[in-house]
Amino acid sequence: MPNVMIRRKPDGNLQFYVAKQDMEETVATVEKDTAEEWGGTVELTDGSKWYIDPISPPPVFPTTLRFKRG
Amino acid sequence: MTNLTREETEALIAEVLEIYPEKAKKDRAKHLTVNDQSVEQSKKCITSNRKSLPGVMTVRGCAYAGSKGVVWGPIKDMIHISHGPVGCGQYSRAGRRNYYVGTTGINTFGTMNFTSDFQEKDIVFGGDKKLSKIMTEIESLFPLAKGISVQSECPIGLIGDDIEAVSKKASKELNKPVVPVRCEGFRGVSQSLGHHIANDAIRDWVLDKRDGDNSFVTTPYDVSIIGDYNIGGDAWSSRTLLEEMGLRVVSQWSGDGTLAEMELTPKVKLNLLHCYRSMNYISRHMEEKYGIPWVEYNFFGPTKIAESLRKIAGYFDDTIKAGAERVIERYKAQYDAVIAKYRPRLEGKRVMLYVGGLRPRHVIGAYEDLGMEVVGTGYEFAHNDDYDRTIKDMGNATLIYDDVTGYEFEEFVKKIKPDLIGSGIKEKYIFQKMGIPFRQMHSWDYSGPYHGYDGFAIFARDMDMTLNNPCWGKMKAPWIKDEAAPAVAAAA
Repeated sequence: MPNVMIRRKPDGNLQFYVAKQDMEETVATVEKDTAEEWGGTVELTDGSKWYIDPISPPPVFPTTLRFKRG
Repeated sequence: MTNLTREETEALIAEVLEIYPEKAKKDRAKHLTVNDQSVEQSKKCITSNRKSLPGVMTVRGCAYAGSKGVVWGPIKDMIHISHGPVGCGQYSRAGRRNYYVGTTGINTFGTMNFTSDFQEKDIVFGGDKKLSKIMTEIESLFPLAKGISVQSECPIGLIGDDIEAVSKKASKELNKPVVPVRCEGFRGVSQSLGHHIANDAIRDWVLDKRDGDNSFVTTPYDVSIIGDYNIGGDAWSSRTLLEEMGLRVVSQWSGDGTLAEMELTPKVKLNLLHCYRSMNYISRHMEEKYGIPWVEYNFFGPTKIAESLRKIAGYFDDTIKAGAERVIERYKAQYDAVIAKYRPRLEGKRVMLYVGGLRPRHVIGAYEDLGMEVVGTGYEFAHNDDYDRTIKDMGNATLIYDDVTGYEFEEFVKKIKPDLIGSGIKEKYIFQKMGIPFRQMHSWDYSGPYHGYDGFAIFARDMDMTLNNPCWGKMKAPWIKDEAAPAVAAAA
């Protein structure tokens, strides 16, 4: 369950940063991304999948969240 | 020698690794790679930030070097106590050439060495009493010091001294910030963890001091230079460019920086990050806590400077964008003249680099502006995110080495035969004796600055001065004519 910092990149995409692994990846798809909630299964551009229980209301980025491997 | 193809470079790596025992060979193979620009993620081709193998010659430093030497040391109006035995502080004193303005010993303390000089009895009975005594002494001898930081050396962690408690007590008594930094040298695999620990100490003990205090008058153009250590005056030549384009530089981290500047950094609008490796932690923290965006920039060589100035201006309104264009235009004649003068003398020369932090990728642009080519590069203590950034900057089929050992570096150089090597003092004389021109790229070989347009002129001159020095043609003793001559003499 790594701590992941989600930030918005200048190009508008979300960046998925895991400090312990020096991993900087772009978020490709988010399962639930609405005005009420954000989360579920998150897929990255490298193909890996991560899971977080949907958060309501959606978090303000940048922020640090705890993800599970999905 | 012409450039190697991918297969030749791979063969070279295999050949160099041949000498190691099986286990070591397997481990070292992961740290050496041939660059392939099509690779998106460096973790697929290179392993980094791992413990060096016992028995090989590594040039890495320790966590104390990362904290005291790099991040905290240049903060000029604080006193940094090297807490522990005398050597760590004394042998690294003033080595990094972080320039600063001020009167040393009165209001600035950059080149001085403060140490608690641990003796046997301090190890046996603990050094906390000594530390608190030192703080009182500092207060009476140097009343203008704005704060104190305690940089732990290895024994502090081993004997379990409570420097936090001493610091808190002293901070109350002196009414000055006293920052304990747990940067014992044995932590982590290289100086990189020291940077992280130092960043965390700044986050916990310094950065939030002026939260809720709005007396500082801000402007929409406030920026902060982060991760520029003012080696030979680098931060100054960067700062002039930023100020010329209309920005207000509130703080410099940490070259020529002060404690007050660091406390004010959360008030800026944009953090400009030069050394990503050593200061990305604090930039990310400020982004999350204060909502300050950060942008990486590169002030080596006119191409990259122009690119970076435009990138920075992109975060501001049209006056700054126009300012950036004005600055680029203003220096155009100057850097064109530099290129016109030095490019013909340096064109086509091949360079190998092995440094730390940001330079293995950042200086590539400056060499390319002079028509030179970087054929091999490597970091002492990078992580995978650094290599992600490097892959795009390096040419295809060039060599990349992580935490290269003394033996590997020498063998690579023998085979690749570069025209110039840029690395540190420990490598300098080995390669000079091999007859290869060498520049120290840690301390700019006692020259500098190399950042900014002014720095580029100095950079170009230094590279020319080294490469085209007549001494390289005189490496052979005058009485040794050539290979054939003694044979003829013997036959006669």
